[in-house]
Amino acid sequence: MDVLYFAWVRERIGIPKETVETQASTVTELVAELIAREDRYAAAFADISALRVALDQELSDFDASLTGVREVAFFPPMTGG
Amino acid sequence: MRVAVQEQPFDFGAEAAAFAAGRHDMGAVVTFTGIVRDTAGDLAAMEIEHYPGMTAKALEKIAAEASTRWSLGDVLVIHRYGRMVPGEMIMMVATAAPHRVDAFEAAEFLMDYLKSRAPFWKKEIGADGAEWVAAKDADEDALTRW
Repeated sequence: MDVLYFAWVRERIGIPKETVETQASTVTELVAELIAREDRYAAAFADISALRVALDQELSDFDASLTGVREVAFFPPMTGG
Repeated sequence: MRVAVQEQPFDFGAEAAAFAAGRHDMGAVVTFTGIVRDTAGDLAAMEIEHYPGMTAKALEKIAAEASTRWSLGDVLVIHRYGRMVPGEMIMMVATAAPHRVDAFEAAEFLMDYLKSRAPFWKKEIGADGAEWVAAKDADEDALTRW
């Protein structure tokens, strides 16, 4: 699946987008896999409560299932308007 | 209903006039405009990042929700991304309704949701470097009133 990062999450991880091969069944499991990879992921995901997630471009939550999901995006709380 | 996500500036006067024109059944038009604010006097620019695949859909959903909650004739949302300097207009919303209460409330609803549910992120570029604008608890709390 495609994994996208925005704002300071993108800056900490160092890339805006990557394709990830994963067996994770939930967002939380995917995050755990990413954290285990490298320090920059651990730094970006250090405080999950400070992050938001969208699945296939709809806001979702970290308990959500990844079944059938093609695009996951991680970002800080939004500051529009 | 029209939603526009764009990098280039918009002409607020022309947009507001076009939005208000030609409707004889609407007694009220409310507009709101957000402007880059330099509170401390040292803001060089603001950079707004967004999520291209999601932004327009999120704005359309918010505008559609406003249209179901209030009696509206039309809704307009324009939101920019990219680099802007203090004084530049970031975004605008406009609501048209037969009565002013619907137009005012729907415009406030749109703004509350745009703040916390539309995928934009602001970064302030100052004299001493750049900093992401943190979301305020008050902005999230504002959603509970609707």
